[in-house]
Amino acid sequence: MAGKVKWVTDIEKSVLINNFEKRGWIQVAENEDWNFYWMSVQTIRNVFSVETGYRLSDDQIVNHFPNHYELTRKDLMVKNIKRYRKELEKEGSPLAEKDENGKYIYLDFVPVTFMLPADYNLFVEEFRKNPSSTWIMKPCGKAQGKGIFLINKLSQIKKWSRDSKTSSFVSQSSKEAYVISLYINNPLLIGGKKFDLRLYVLVSTYRPLRCYMYKLGFCRFCTVKYTPSTSELDNMFVHLTNVAIQKHGDDYNHIHGGKWTVSNLRLYLESTRGKEVTNKLFDEIHWIIVQSLKAVAPVMNNDKHCFECYGYDIIIDDKLKPWLIEVNASPSLTSSTANDRILKYNLINDTLNIAVPNGEIPDCKWNKSPPKEVLGNYEVLYDEEMAQSDGPERDPRGRSGQSTGAKGSRARDLGKPVLTTWK
Amino acid sequence: MLDPDRGLSLTIARVVQRLQGSSLHSQLERQARVSLHKPEIKLESLKEDIKDFLKTSGWEKKLQNAVYSELNVFPLPCHPAAPPEHIKEPLAYMRKAQGSWEKRILKSLNSMCTELSIPLAQKRPVSEQKELLNKWNEMGTDEPDLSLFRPVYAPKDFLEVLMNLRNPNYENGEQPSFRNHLGLIQVPLKVKDISELKEDFSELGLNIGQLGIDDSAQVPPEFFENEHVRVGQKVLAEEDSAAAQQYVRQGCPTALRAELWALILNISNQPEDILYYEQLKSNVIQHDLLVDSLIYKDVKLTASNDDYYFVFEDYLYQVLLCFSRDTSVLEHFTYSSATPPKSYIQAKCDFQVLFLSRTSADSFPLAASYVTRGKLGMEEYAVFYPPNGVIPFHGFSMYVAPLCFLYHEPSKLYQIFREMYVRFFFRLHSISSHPSGIVSLCLLFETLLQTHLPQLFYHLREIGAQPLRISFKWMVRAFSGYLATDQLLLLWDRILGYNSLEILAGCTC
Repeated sequence: MAGKVKWVTDIEKSVLINNFEKRGWIQVAENEDWNFYWMSVQTIRNVFSVETGYRLSDDQIVNHFPNHYELTRKDLMVKNIKRYRKELEKEGSPLAEKDENGKYIYLDFVPVTFMLPADYNLFVEEFRKNPSSTWIMKPCGKAQGKGIFLINKLSQIKKWSRDSKTSSFVSQSSKEAYVISLYINNPLLIGGKKFDLRLYVLVSTYRPLRCYMYKLGFCRFCTVKYTPSTSELDNMFVHLTNVAIQKHGDDYNHIHGGKWTVSNLRLYLESTRGKEVTNKLFDEIHWIIVQSLKAVAPVMNNDKHCFECYGYDIIIDDKLKPWLIEVNASPSLTSSTANDRILKYNLINDTLNIAVPNGEIPDCKWNKSPPKEVLGNYEVLYDEEMAQSDGPERDPRGRSGQSTGAKGSRARDLGKPVLTTWK
Repeated sequence: MLDPDRGLSLTIARVVQRLQGSSLHSQLERQARVSLHKPEIKLESLKEDIKDFLKTSGWEKKLQNAVYSELNVFPLPCHPAAPPEHIKEPLAYMRKAQGSWEKRILKSLNSMCTELSIPLAQKRPVSEQKELLNKWNEMGTDEPDLSLFRPVYAPKDFLEVLMNLRNPNYENGEQPSFRNHLGLIQVPLKVKDISELKEDFSELGLNIGQLGIDDSAQVPPEFFENEHVRVGQKVLAEEDSAAAQQYVRQGCPTALRAELWALILNISNQPEDILYYEQLKSNVIQHDLLVDSLIYKDVKLTASNDDYYFVFEDYLYQVLLCFSRDTSVLEHFTYSSATPPKSYIQAKCDFQVLFLSRTSADSFPLAASYVTRGKLGMEEYAVFYPPNGVIPFHGFSMYVAPLCFLYHEPSKLYQIFREMYVRFFFRLHSISSHPSGIVSLCLLFETLLQTHLPQLFYHLREIGAQPLRISFKWMVRAFSGYLATDQLLLLWDRILGYNSLEILAGCTC
């Protein structure tokens, strides 16, 4: 029976609400009958919790997977990736190949990370191998750069050391858990400034894995010149690219917001470094996104009512190697500039077109295979179903280099034939 | 009129004169001397053997490129009896108009100077020098108080001047009708019509492949792009300026563009070039110019707020501050209709520049505290101000900004920009009759629009929006800041390829 989609949201952002209204959808309250709920992460926890949860019906869709934190919590993401790599190694997959130093050739995309306080001793061992290195401490459950600091001396993190006298480990609440990662102190600098990449990835199902990448990602620049000098380790304006932090800097500019399009980045890199290395960089970025999703796919609750749009944060070092820093379940929908607003509005628009076909009341039994025309600015990143149907004649190990069809600085048609060689 | 043989020998003489004593000359001499040790050089056929050696070792190519560069930049010689002003600008009324315009600019700059009581130039105290040296890579974080400074002029002021240009010898008694020109520019300069343009710009025809169009995602690369890239790599391997110039008419592949432009502009970033840049940098450290504040203001107003270029803010200071002090730029005034402003220093040892004038005859008196005690008008105390003779206007920094996408090494970026300025950009803000000068470009634009899109032209006029008022600022800036960078660079490919700015007028249409 045709009716208008009824929507609810906890997140009062214009880019969302304008998109719902332009489709003629009807706003309802949470306790009423609804078809589409754009939830905050707290709400999804409640919906799927044992005590307060309830079953979703076939015509209801939500924007988070129940246990998205397997990917979006810093400690769990690292845990899952480590587990994934070990599994591949055990089954002798060529993807898990290591080089002469024992580093994974294809799967070394997360900086060395330890959980604190649990892995404290392991961390100390690693730290002592390189005592002049810098490490970054991040609280597991926070966002927007809150609580992050850099250290270069063991004394700075004394309070996370386990008390060696006690035999039983007092488990700390997850709020105090931190991860400590090797700080990438040689980031690629442009105009002398550090930046990171924010890329949006939509996952409609984990098994089979189907994910899309938004073509219009952006770079977030620090307002202050980068220096690895130890005297500036405390200066968050130098090191953290989060807009939530940078916008309080003296030099923050509200017109461009310190943001560059990915196509500008591409143009700059192609012009100054050459096309092959640029293509290789972007290929690797796509690769690490897909691998991170594959790593969590086995443990994800692939609830058919769910889809999710992640914000991937990636840093490129001065050797043009990309590193996965973290994945955000609720990427900011606040707009810092006019361009930003347009981008995020279009992002939500294209996301809804894929997740809620034809803008009609959803039926989550559908096959989640939208036609190509509705993708908008998304392009297929990986489609496991298509990959498997292509058969075994493809080189199973091949991370086949970028197709020669890399055209222009924007439109890069990552058609499935290239990606499906990654199995 | 000059007969062709005479013209050729004059050109040869001029090129030889310019290349003599250049570093290329001494390098060639040294190479020739070194080659004497080689077994294939024989005494009987010394001249021929050395020539062959220079050819095979690639030095002849370098000489060719240098000659080609000279031919591109300098105009053809005219009659030997013609005075030097005629090389700058043959039409008297244009010269006069440029002169008045310059006077106005100087008056404005002088009055700003007096109002703010800031000297035009002064030596920096040592502590300030140290500070600036430390901050050299991040001058963008400096927050000088620029609120009292204002740009000396903006493109719209310049447009007003151009609109009022009239040829006193030309009597056009007829009422403006559809046969006459209805645009803002009312001078009878010859501009090309569409068929002449088609011929001159034949490589841009529809049946010839172009980057920016024929390399889009829908077109398989085998049709055009792959071959074009291959040819580009070959051109670079040959190190041939002339071939490169021909090649870029169809657009540069992004990965090859930086090298191709350097080849066309004959920039090789030799150690002496780097040294020269460092010397300019030390000039910046030691002396503070009023013009510096104008540059800061301009960058803060334009490039810092631009989505594409804000990242490169610091490079812009590093280029433009050095540019102001580069006296080699003065050479371009021999073929530009403009004249560099002169100023008079108070005492030779203590360099403090006081005020500006165009000639000693029309100097501007200043407040009593700056009286020069009789040194006024004495040529030995005259210096050019700024040292490169170019006063920046609102938007000037946007000429440099797009180049930052191609070159990230400051001295190379600097040289490329300087060469682009003395070949092309200077014509966009001076009054002359040159076909690539802004006056001709405006006229070309208006004529093309009126001829081929008359309805649009008349409609805009009717609603009070003369088309040139809208498009003028695009052309003055060579579209920098108005086009996305990747498209802008494709446009500038063609400027380099055709050695002409006429494409700007065509693009505007």
